[in-house]
Amino acid sequence: MTEIEAKRSQIVISGVGGQGVLFVTRILAEAAIRHRRPALTSETHGMAQRGGTVISHLKVGDFASPLIRPGAADGMLVLKEENIAAHQGFLRPGGWMVVNAIEAADAPGVACGQIDADDIARQIGQPKAANVILLGFALAWLDGSNVGLWCSRRDIEDIVASGGDGKRSEDLAAAIDAGYAQGMKS
Amino acid sequence: MLGNEAIAAGLVENGCAMATSYPGTPASEILAGIARLKIDTGRPRHVQWAVNEKVAFEIAYAGCMSGLRTAVSMKQVGLNVASDPLMSAAYMGVRGGFVVISADDPGPHSSQTEQDSRLMAMLAKIPVLDPDSPAQARQMAKLSYEISEAYEIPVMLRPTTRVCHARQDLPPAGVPGEEATVGFKKDPSRWAATPKFRLQLHRALEEKLDALSADPRTAPRLLNPDAAGLRAVAASGVAAAHAREIIQDLGLWETLPFYQVLQPFPLHRSFIDEILGKYSEVLVIEETTGVIEMQIADRRRVRGKQDGRVPSVGELHPETVESVIRAFAGLPGYAAQMPTVPGRRPTLCAGCPHRASFYAVKKAAPRGIYTSDIGCYTLGLNLGAVDTVLCMGAAISQAAGFYHAHRHLTTRPDIVATIGDSTFFHAGVPALIDAVAQQVRFVLVILDNRTTAMTGNQPTPATGVGACDEPLSAVDIEGLVAGCGVKFCRTADPYELEPFIALLKEAVSFSREQGPAVVIARHPCLLDRRRVPSDRKPVQVVVTDDCDGCGYCLKHFECPALVQVKGEERVRIDPGICSGCGVCLSICRNHAIVAVDPGN
Repeated sequence: MTEIEAKRSQIVISGVGGQGVLFVTRILAEAAIRHRRPALTSETHGMAQRGGTVISHLKVGDFASPLIRPGAADGMLVLKEENIAAHQGFLRPGGWMVVNAIEAADAPGVACGQIDADDIARQIGQPKAANVILLGFALAWLDGSNVGLWCSRRDIEDIVASGGDGKRSEDLAAAIDAGYAQGMKS
Repeated sequence: MLGNEAIAAGLVENGCAMATSYPGTPASEILAGIARLKIDTGRPRHVQWAVNEKVAFEIAYAGCMSGLRTAVSMKQVGLNVASDPLMSAAYMGVRGGFVVISADDPGPHSSQTEQDSRLMAMLAKIPVLDPDSPAQARQMAKLSYEISEAYEIPVMLRPTTRVCHARQDLPPAGVPGEEATVGFKKDPSRWAATPKFRLQLHRALEEKLDALSADPRTAPRLLNPDAAGLRAVAASGVAAAHAREIIQDLGLWETLPFYQVLQPFPLHRSFIDEILGKYSEVLVIEETTGVIEMQIADRRRVRGKQDGRVPSVGELHPETVESVIRAFAGLPGYAAQMPTVPGRRPTLCAGCPHRASFYAVKKAAPRGIYTSDIGCYTLGLNLGAVDTVLCMGAAISQAAGFYHAHRHLTTRPDIVATIGDSTFFHAGVPALIDAVAQQVRFVLVILDNRTTAMTGNQPTPATGVGACDEPLSAVDIEGLVAGCGVKFCRTADPYELEPFIALLKEAVSFSREQGPAVVIARHPCLLDRRRVPSDRKPVQVVVTDDCDGCGYCLKHFECPALVQVKGEERVRIDPGICSGCGVCLSICRNHAIVAVDPGN
């Protein structure tokens, strides 16, 4: 078992209803399961999904509680920049944050990656794909850092490819690639 | 696997033959999960969305009276609706196993109240199981059937939002369990008991509870039997999951005995004796009311909600549980807390037909009293077109109440009630019959988007399809309204905003003179995958230089596709969000929102 496999990881995914927070959470959880690691998530359903603030907690490793405590998350994927104020408190000291924003976010003490995923989504003709673009970016941006995720770009591509109909899978793969390419540049 | 899917799997694997429900967050995915299993395997034999929770309960209950294993699922406020049959079913008991799943919503995240269904189990005198995770919820579905049949009693399974909407790596659903042989055996002294027999049934129920509080299968578990200490913690549900992780993380696993209570009611007598005999103090952590706590008689040694150690209001977040445990164990410091930052409020989707309806209501009755109801359209609050929201169906009865309260005035306020199609079927119909009989002068707008939208687009009785997409009969809303005795009932598409406002004005005039008027605002929900594709072309709209940034459209129409960028005066259309409904063309007072000719 490598060091990464033995470690417990806790990730927050933050956005607003309609952005596909749940979809990203499920892909990442699925990737953990493929690595034979226990995964536990907590999702937002119901009223808040109508454009309100949505947050997913994703815990990989030996955990009992589905929720992440403040100051305990290793990293955070932020689909809506305005959520940083509300959700940054989940990050542990030295944690990382990858943000969908036009400009780099102001977050002292946090390793922070930034991508304008909405703009790329428009450019590739998939206006709703900012979620997976951000995920692709995060995979590249974290690759080589000592934090890392529990999965590779390849894992995510496999999951998306096995996810159903051809056109949708191709679109998703293209969006992930677009984010990944941006992440390699930064 | 989602917690609710785990419950679905647990039920079907153990021979559930009939499952019913009415949708409600956080319970909705339970029946949806069972329906998917039926599509794949052909079992259970009957899966349905019922018109409301009471009807759902009674259908599933008749199934277990016939010897089958059955289940009914709902959210906690749905159990209020089904409480009448619940109380009686507890007395009469069951033949096949019967599980009543009532999903609680501490927080509340998507509910009117934080009520604790375990109190309802106490009131009905039935056992209740409190799972800490999807995995345990699945095991408890099996356990529920076993104890339900052993004691001939309905069993409540009470997950909370954090169990229902947690996702955990679990094996996929196994082969559906064998379904029992069906056969209703007549026994009028039981199934149609008169008060004399009810007394006997009540006595028998108490005996069942007595035995249940000694059954080892549901007894509390000491999870760290090697822990030595004079103080102990007992927890149930997801609070037990938080507590277990926190006790381990704080290094207290060897010194702080930790019990998980599986069946909060009836609490096992031997457990009460044990904790009061062995420990000087016991901290009880549970959501939402102190149900376990109140059954432990010796108040001097119980710490929890009653002495203010554990909050009685709101969800028990893990950081709250950590702070409580730290204080109890005498550890220094507090758990880190989250800042309270207001999040973004939910809003109706771009292109939602309800937005057009609410705008029209305000135009037709500008100083009216607007009663409303439970569903997506509660978000009409943002538009100032919703003044009251009480519970399912109350829009109509509250409208009647406001009419009777104000009717002696020379200038009465107009009253406009809004209710969704599914909610109208659920609890609106009896209230409308009452309003007709009482000659209540109000307008009822039935927001008919052909689906139960808020909870994930489940069918309504008017949809004509079932939980597994099987064809069913469709109930005609116009016919139903006419059958209630309403003399003014017209249907129109709110997307045609100007004629729709004119129709509502006509309805308001009618209601002032003659009695109830009903307008059915019919346009399918844009999120409903089942909707019939429209031949209406999307309208591409832009904002011209005539926009003076007055903000009228943002405040009174509040479409998420209308955006005002910081530092810019003009409002813009976000083409990524705009659905092309074109309703906003009629909104701007400066006529600055215009359609782009697709030919250009």
